[in-house]
Amino acid sequence: MPRFTKRDLIKAGIAGVAGCDLLLGISPMSMGAITAVAQTPKRGGVVRAVVHPEPSSLMLGLVQNTPTQMVSGSIYESLLKYGHDLTPLPSLAERWEISADGKAYTFHLKKNIKWHDGKPFGADDVVFSTDKFLRETHPRWRPIATTHVERIEKIDDNTVRYQLKNPFGPFILMFELSTTPIVPRHLYEGTDYKTNPANNTPVGTGPFKFSEWQRGSYIKLVRNPDYHVQGLPYLDEVYWQIIPDAAARVVAYETGRVDILTGGTVENFDVAKLAKLPNSSVTGKGWEMIAPLSWLWFNHRQDLMAKKAFRQAVMYGMDREFAKDVIWNGLARVATGPINSKTRFYSDQVTKYGFDPAKAKALLKEAGYKGEPVRLLALPYGETWTRWAEAVKQNLTDIGLNLQLVTTDVAGYGQRLSDWDFDLAFTWLSQYGDPALGVARSYVSTNIAKGSPFNNVAGYANPDIDKLFAEAAAANGETKRQELYTKAQQVLADELPVVWMLELEFPTIYRSNVQNLIKTATGMNDAFQDAWKA
Amino acid sequence: MTLATFLRKKTINAVVILIAIAAMNFFLIRLAPGDPAQVMAGEAGAGDAVFLQQLREKFGLDRPLIEQFWHYMKGVGTLDLGFSYRQQRPVLDLIVERLPATLLLTGTALIISLAAGVTLGTLAARRVGRLSDSAITLASLVFYAMPLFWLALIAQIVFSKHLGWLPNVGYESVGAGYAGLRRALDIGWHLIMPATTLGLFFTAVYARMMRASMLEVASFDYVKTAHAKGLGPGAIVRHHMIPNAILPVVTLAGLQAGQLVGGSLLVETVFAWPGIGRLLFDALIQRDYQVLLGVFFTCSAMVILFNILTDLLYRFVDPRIEVT
Repeated sequence: MPRFTKRDLIKAGIAGVAGCDLLLGISPMSMGAITAVAQTPKRGGVVRAVVHPEPSSLMLGLVQNTPTQMVSGSIYESLLKYGHDLTPLPSLAERWEISADGKAYTFHLKKNIKWHDGKPFGADDVVFSTDKFLRETHPRWRPIATTHVERIEKIDDNTVRYQLKNPFGPFILMFELSTTPIVPRHLYEGTDYKTNPANNTPVGTGPFKFSEWQRGSYIKLVRNPDYHVQGLPYLDEVYWQIIPDAAARVVAYETGRVDILTGGTVENFDVAKLAKLPNSSVTGKGWEMIAPLSWLWFNHRQDLMAKKAFRQAVMYGMDREFAKDVIWNGLARVATGPINSKTRFYSDQVTKYGFDPAKAKALLKEAGYKGEPVRLLALPYGETWTRWAEAVKQNLTDIGLNLQLVTTDVAGYGQRLSDWDFDLAFTWLSQYGDPALGVARSYVSTNIAKGSPFNNVAGYANPDIDKLFAEAAAANGETKRQELYTKAQQVLADELPVVWMLELEFPTIYRSNVQNLIKTATGMNDAFQDAWKA
Repeated sequence: MTLATFLRKKTINAVVILIAIAAMNFFLIRLAPGDPAQVMAGEAGAGDAVFLQQLREKFGLDRPLIEQFWHYMKGVGTLDLGFSYRQQRPVLDLIVERLPATLLLTGTALIISLAAGVTLGTLAARRVGRLSDSAITLASLVFYAMPLFWLALIAQIVFSKHLGWLPNVGYESVGAGYAGLRRALDIGWHLIMPATTLGLFFTAVYARMMRASMLEVASFDYVKTAHAKGLGPGAIVRHHMIPNAILPVVTLAGLQAGQLVGGSLLVETVFAWPGIGRLLFDALIQRDYQVLLGVFFTCSAMVILFNILTDLLYRFVDPRIEVT
């Protein structure tokens, strides 16, 4: 006889409102991959994974949101992949060289690669993709290409060279799938990229071909028999299922209707329960490139926020250990500064801040705070983020701050942040493996501009920081870059332009008989190349 | 008023109302903060001003609002609901693609709720004050008051997780490769839980309305006359009471039928049913204006159409009523 626990009923009530989590969730830092005993890979089989929300398009050259990356990551490829420690690995390029002056990157492509429609792939496709298509369409590649790339040239049919204007340390990280997806020149050259009919039937070089998209239900990918890695992929079919409600996704996994819950598709409080199911594994790996870091923005344009004592008061008043253990169910790590410990050039040699309400109250007094209301803009990414905003309100109310929570939907949140319409605001951002790509943008004064939530919306300006980040990005040599970034982290930790909260990871929950799933720093984006089902 | 005159008058009214609704929707959705370009830039993780400007040009958001409005109304005039740049497809295609699933779900729910509601309401009215009446009234109240999403989640926990009888999500078994009758049965199997959940709410409404209506009709002279003539209670209920008592239910069902196309956002979301309701919700979150406007327009048109049909249906249910 089935039994229903009180927890089941309460969970149903709570989780019903969690359906609007648009992007992510979290994962256990301490929870490594639970690997099954090594076996010989087996050909065949079908895997069903959950993607949420439904991608708007599968043309990765035009759309780079997380769901599109996950699904299209099996269809398209770039020149490289990256190991969990961000070491470059072969993909479309079998080898590469970087000149001694750090200004020329030469890639040697694998031979005999075919597009899914049977046409041959070559250097012309790479040059077209990175010099024309993505320069026009890709919001992250375009500024990098414009600022740092002097020319992109085809040396021969299987060799491409990127000549830089100046050394740019993180350039080798630019060849991951979501930054430089290689698109078929023969289908796009001379067309309007955005309305090209091929956008609805994506053609790539990846291990799986697009087969069918039942909107609102599922996307079906089938094995590419001509894949350029001999014997791969092992699986016959991959289905990406669209299940909009978080609690329904949990039941779908519990009842065996899906095999993989990708990062962020269930709430934290469900992760431990799902991990304990028979034939279930959890891994926090696969987010090393993204390395999410969460923080609270201060709006430095306001007198109160511009005072260092006020910012320190907020930091000391924040119980981040509680947030980690209770709100995030232990699936996070307290941040020490602007760089995630998984990102290159991290340093912990910085000023540390603990939870000290008494000190916070004293600092608040020192800042001349007189009880005026302070608005905290919450992140509308689901139940966990809502609870976290409430916990922060409790923390800051306890030290005497008159905090008011502001809630809105994703579009409203983006607009308020872009228009600098906040006092305090939650956020988390990707670091893309290198401080020059995902960290500097939040602190340098050259990036203070209305119109985007990804700018330095705080309005923090410090010439020393501008100089340190600029020198570190252009420095040739890891040692020099580490020295400069360590210094930048120390200055920022002293200045406290924002309140760094937690380093986040997003656990992937999957059936233990799905083997070789997460093999790279971009996790589920290229998970199925050598995955197999026991 | 002849039927032709009635239809002509209603059609003119409908066109005027639809134009007014389309215009109102256009301006209302622009009151919400954020726009599609900002949402897409946010998803791409990029703060490039050129990218944002490019998107705004693509969506036509860089043009004056009045120009955008004129362009939209011209499209509506020719039944062109526009193009979703976000989804890279014409809006009409997106709506038509989702329509069958929504109609199947809401149509089934309507049939379930009408059949069960009329039956239970009649039963309760015939047994006023007895245990069965109290039970039906109480159950109606519970299902009427219970939030649909919560009921849907409880149903999933009970019938999918613990009993394992029914699939908790989806329109069909993904990857099963069923065809023909096997596929139809599979879809039906997936339909049971969402349709019943949605139907329970309306069953409660119809049952309460039917009970009240039957009790009212019971006091009318023609019912007393029927009793005096010696007609059996069953015949009185079937031939005299139900045909008269059902009119308010028909009115309400007509209104509900008009909303069929709009689907049920909550039930479609919780059961991952690929209908119009979810298309609407996703479009709202993503500020996909063209899709939002297209769905709103279609729903409005259907409500107006079903109102006209309900008026016509009155003529058949009760010939004494002349539509005006």
